[in-house]
Amino acid sequence: MEFTRRETLAVGGAAALVAMLPKGAYAATTEEWIAEFTGGADMADAGIDLTAPEIAENGNTVPIEVSAEGASEILVLATGNPTPGVATFKFGPLAASQYASTRIRLAGTQDVVAIAKLADGSFAKASKTVKVTIGGCGG
Amino acid sequence: MAASALYGASGFGNWARLAAQQSLTQDQLLQFDTFGNVSLIHVTDIHAQLKPIYFREPEVNIGVGPNKGEVPHVTGADFRRLYGIDDGSPSHYALTYNDFSSLAKGYGKVGGMDRVATVINAIRADRPDAILLDGGDTWHGSMTCHKTAGQDMVNVMNALKPDAMTFHWEFTLGSERVQEIVEGLPFAALGQNIFDAEWDEPAELFKPYQFFERGGVKVAVIGQAFPYMPIANPRWMFPEYSFGIRDEHMQEMVDEVRGMGAELVVCLSHNGFDVDKKMAGIVTGIDVILSGHTHDALPEPVLVGETIIVASGSNGKFVSRVDLDVRDGRMMGFRHKLIPIFSDVITPDAEVAKLIDEQRAPYKAELEEVIGQTDELLYRRGNFNGSWDDLICDALMSEREADIAMSPGVRWGPSLIPGDPITREDIWNVTSMSYGEAYRSEMTGEFIKVILEDVADNIFNPDPYYQQGGDMVRIGGMGYRIDITKPQGERISEMTLLKTGEPIDPSKTYVVAGWASVNEGTEGPQIWDVVESHIRKLGTVTLEPNTSVEVVGA
Repeated sequence: MEFTRRETLAVGGAAALVAMLPKGAYAATTEEWIAEFTGGADMADAGIDLTAPEIAENGNTVPIEVSAEGASEILVLATGNPTPGVATFKFGPLAASQYASTRIRLAGTQDVVAIAKLADGSFAKASKTVKVTIGGCGG
Repeated sequence: MAASALYGASGFGNWARLAAQQSLTQDQLLQFDTFGNVSLIHVTDIHAQLKPIYFREPEVNIGVGPNKGEVPHVTGADFRRLYGIDDGSPSHYALTYNDFSSLAKGYGKVGGMDRVATVINAIRADRPDAILLDGGDTWHGSMTCHKTAGQDMVNVMNALKPDAMTFHWEFTLGSERVQEIVEGLPFAALGQNIFDAEWDEPAELFKPYQFFERGGVKVAVIGQAFPYMPIANPRWMFPEYSFGIRDEHMQEMVDEVRGMGAELVVCLSHNGFDVDKKMAGIVTGIDVILSGHTHDALPEPVLVGETIIVASGSNGKFVSRVDLDVRDGRMMGFRHKLIPIFSDVITPDAEVAKLIDEQRAPYKAELEEVIGQTDELLYRRGNFNGSWDDLICDALMSEREADIAMSPGVRWGPSLIPGDPITREDIWNVTSMSYGEAYRSEMTGEFIKVILEDVADNIFNPDPYYQQGGDMVRIGGMGYRIDITKPQGERISEMTLLKTGEPIDPSKTYVVAGWASVNEGTEGPQIWDVVESHIRKLGTVTLEPNTSVEVVGA
């Protein structure tokens, strides 16, 4: 995983702290990651936006964006990767916006999931299927 | 029925053509009661066809998910019934596949950019400030286009004076060449979804939209390039650019132009029809989508909410005219006509005809050399196979000594009718591209299945946003069964090596020949040379009916 210069700047500008998740530190499966993050709380459908391409142009570097107004943390998971954890974005109280973008590596077609911890302590979840294809036959 | 009996009994040829000319006039084709205050003229997916051609519409065009049984996934007699088209009529010939060879002999060729010019000029005579929009796939598809790196098409299109254009195959000229041409274009090069790959920001060279003040109306045209260029075509040829549908950004652009006072918002799209339909249901505020990429020709717009979607065919076969009544910042009504370009009926524009011949002059002898003859109808369109592709796959297996051949499921490529000579130009019309190397490699049975499953999902994924708009990869030497209702990985079964009748063994290795690989560094002779060599040996092309694909769940 890598940040381009501008994205790193953008993330810095939003006063966010990015924690690169250590491999399998606490959790192994997507369910375990989510349970760890939410403590088993319910997740709403509204309150978080996840932008990702429908079909990846290059599965090795897929641009994604997450935003959730007032969130203190956003967890991003690549549910089909051997290690689902991608990143947790932490936003301090002085952050002007709760927005982050990065590029992630996807092992194959899968759902990318983002979960935000909102200001009131509740959780919101967004999911998007990103297809990784060998391509080659467009009309 | 009457028509096939009539033409079937007539012996065709001049008698039938004379009948067509007498029953059909240029005035009839152009008849249109000018309406409202704004006119749009849409051409798309010309694929560098400067001269008249035959183009057979598909027999098999399966819709999935919400689009099952919906236009444009209606063909043949069902299509004619849906639109009240008489059998044997000009519209039957233009819009459906049945009795194609006999009707083609009666009604003649279609298209030709000199005829298109005449139609555009006639519309401009009615409405001088009509907006001409080119949906892309213009600078690709012929020998002269390939050899001039698109310059022939640029020269001819510039003479038609378009107002804006969007893109797909143009990028296979390579980003440097695209930049060179676009910088010199005397009209807007649009694509709200053309992004800089490194910065993931809108690319500077391509503007998202362009404003036009026409008939007292502020019109905004937003471009939408083909979303899956780096996936369907070789990414290494234009690494600086990223695409995608980006419907959130489309919404931002619609809101932006509305905020700037746009009274009419037009999207010039290369999404493909089903993607446009879905996008129209998500993005609000677009009045008209001029749809390209999937080569569908529809005699009426499709309405989604308050958005009309217009599909204008391909290969220069049609021009759409859309007249709009825009009042008080709103589209109040429309009048539309899909004008078929019958080349024997519409008088060529002399100036553009001359310009076309100038582009072709340096290559005339090469283009016109007769390589063989066909006893078959040669066509490409259809979800699973076409006789052109059968011939190309035969050429690959024979010339490259392969067990199995693969030919890409592209939708361009004109048709030939039985008795036609096959010229070198005809072969290039169905093969020319900037990555035409015919590879020969070894693949396991398992990997062949992975390819088929992958391509099948690009067509039959029930969500249009995951479709790329091509047809199924064409296979020679191997049969299979496809259940289009299954998910990826479960659609393909009963893969059989035709020459032995044995099932394909997942662990066994097969020699596969194909062309149009998106991988950099692909080696092999150019596909048009392979096909030419094969046709020369055949002399006259005859083909067995292709029954190697069994389709379930349509």
